[in-house]
Amino acid sequence: MPDQLLYAMEVTLNGLMAGVLYALVALGFVLIFKASGIFNFAQGVMALFAAATLVGIMDGQVPFSHLINAILGTKVHHFGWHIPAIAGILMAIVVMVFLAWAVQYFVMRHLVNQEPIILFMATIGLAYFLEGFSDLMWGSEIKKLDVGLPQGINIWIDETTYGWFGYGFFIDNLDIVATIIAALLVVALVAFSQYTKQGRAMRAVADDHQAALSVGISLNFIWVLVWSLAGFVALVAGIVWGTKSGVQFSLSLIALKALPVLMLGGFTSIPGAIIGGLIIGVGEKLFEFAIGPLVGGATENWFAYVLALIFLVFRPQGLFGEKIIERV
Amino acid sequence: MKMKLATLALGAVMAAGPALADLVMPSLSYRTGPYAANGIPFADGYADYFTLLNERDGGIGGVPVRLLECETGYNTEKGVECYESTKGEGALVYQPLSTGITYQLIPKGTADGIPIHSMGYGRTSAKNGKVFSHVFNYPANYWDGASIAIKHILDVNGGDINGKKVALVYHNSAYGKEPIRTLEELANKHGYELSLLPVDHPGQEQKSQWLQIRREKPDYVLMWGWGVMNQVAIQEAANIRFPMENFIGIWWSGSENDVLPVGDGADGYKALALANPGGDYPIYADLQKHVYDSGKAAGAGDQMNTVLYNRGMYAALLASEAVKKAQEIHGEADITPAMMRDGMEALSLSEEDMAALGLPDFGPAFTVTCENHGGGGLGKVQQWDAKAEKWSVITDWIESDKSVIDRLVAEDSAAFAAENNIQERCN
Repeated sequence: MPDQLLYAMEVTLNGLMAGVLYALVALGFVLIFKASGIFNFAQGVMALFAAATLVGIMDGQVPFSHLINAILGTKVHHFGWHIPAIAGILMAIVVMVFLAWAVQYFVMRHLVNQEPIILFMATIGLAYFLEGFSDLMWGSEIKKLDVGLPQGINIWIDETTYGWFGYGFFIDNLDIVATIIAALLVVALVAFSQYTKQGRAMRAVADDHQAALSVGISLNFIWVLVWSLAGFVALVAGIVWGTKSGVQFSLSLIALKALPVLMLGGFTSIPGAIIGGLIIGVGEKLFEFAIGPLVGGATENWFAYVLALIFLVFRPQGLFGEKIIERV
Repeated sequence: MKMKLATLALGAVMAAGPALADLVMPSLSYRTGPYAANGIPFADGYADYFTLLNERDGGIGGVPVRLLECETGYNTEKGVECYESTKGEGALVYQPLSTGITYQLIPKGTADGIPIHSMGYGRTSAKNGKVFSHVFNYPANYWDGASIAIKHILDVNGGDINGKKVALVYHNSAYGKEPIRTLEELANKHGYELSLLPVDHPGQEQKSQWLQIRREKPDYVLMWGWGVMNQVAIQEAANIRFPMENFIGIWWSGSENDVLPVGDGADGYKALALANPGGDYPIYADLQKHVYDSGKAAGAGDQMNTVLYNRGMYAALLASEAVKKAQEIHGEADITPAMMRDGMEALSLSEEDMAALGLPDFGPAFTVTCENHGGGGLGKVQQWDAKAEKWSVITDWIESDKSVIDRLVAEDSAAFAAENNIQERCN
């Protein structure tokens, strides 16, 4: 098999894996948009906050220690314990549920019936607040996140493909794990929304707020539920991306990678987020591989947004999004 | 009643009169945003050194230093706002810690008569003092860095790298592109093959670049990165099992922040050093006594001994030594920005000077002149020991290849002078 074809196959596989990572972030956006029509600008920052909280809890870091020390003149930084990853994740989930409640209680319930743009602006404010709050609570240094996810080249794939083609493919173990996690997450989210009472209520709210209220569904509860789920997805995305690069402010910028995925897959479709992620992942990697060297490289971000723009022109609702029909 | 009125009048006169003398040092810091993890230690080191001078020596030449910290978030527009809002306070020198902000401040500082010091960053050709009267970039610049890295590779290979493959992984910005021209010139001279791999901001995803490195198998990889790009690149290098001793970062890709998140995988990674890492210097005893113990440390007081804290401290040291020189030249303790510029242009630091300042063998000896605002262009190579979690310096000072660098500096600064109608000075 020609070398270039082998390389293209390797690039495609890695593109698929990268696409799954983008889709992980996009899922959080979809959940909130589906249920409330809000484009949550704070989703990326929620991933940062969730991952920083997880590291803080696992390492026994005293929250707001810088603030406490500055005010009281103390020198407290750590509780002196180290919590296993699974317990840390459970505690971080509790924090994210509390955050969801706080968002609903302090922000969203005051904005019921407002224009979508107002709600969007509120999430911009929320993003800025969370950025600062996260730094204040856990500090802004780069933190190593180790929940036991494997990293590095998968030797089995390397050796097997070498045996077949005389060239070993590189696939990162972390990407494989992320793919499995994303698949489980999608199955769980779809099952939740299809087969549970709360899930059906969530879909009812998504379809029509007024009708849902009229049959006794609590809007407040559903929104807390939705923001909690988005918080959970943010935690999963934060764990995977945080393992890759350390937990640091830049985690909040992963939202930039989710935007073209959403435009492509549609803002209201969970499978759309996955398919959109895969298309963007493979497309940008193959484009960089084939065309990048001819134009100086670094084409990935450009390609993702150009592809999304093309979709916006020809299919504004995305591949799987619901077609918006406005009746006059 | 008369007494009260007299006291009131005296108070009003004192309030309206000139403020007590001080030396105003702006600190354009970034403690928030994507680069905060790097901005904080630098800002802390910068502030703590001036606090030490105030607490231990009563300032510089008997005049206390007043630090004006302004948050830029590593944002160029905010950096310019910080400059505009602080220059009226009598700012003596600006050290923006950002190439983007430096580029904006070069014309402004020159017009306002306030010197700009971009230590190891900024516009490389500002080294030419004949064109850039108010801009300094000693002790070394990016092009020096590129040359020092290649010289180290030459040393490792017995002086012959003809036919070797060198890849540059760089931040796709003005900063990251700075070394390309130099590396191309050096490739012509030494016969190595250069490949360029840009990484888009912020650099969280670099799979394409490292798959290409895995395919093309360069002998060496150089990196011009900042922020998350560094950690991801080092992690990806470890993932593809690239030999870490052949992976060399510029000094902005060589802090603890860049390697600690990668864990054992970062073992053996090399980076250039503008000054020595670690805290094994007499000055730290003084800092402990006069700054840390009295609770006057900047920020959370938890950054000492780190590479970027040391670099911030070094930047403050270079500013304070220029102040001393200016005071000596003009016989005036309370100096102006114009006097500060003169001090910077006449700065000379020997190994003995550094030892007397409590930092023996910390930074290179160098001299600034009217023609040369860039110092000697010296750097060391440090290597990360993941087990010990510390950097070790593995070379002596390496001097950049001036036969290439000086020519490039002359060409670029001449173009700048022609564009801006600047008459050369120092004649």
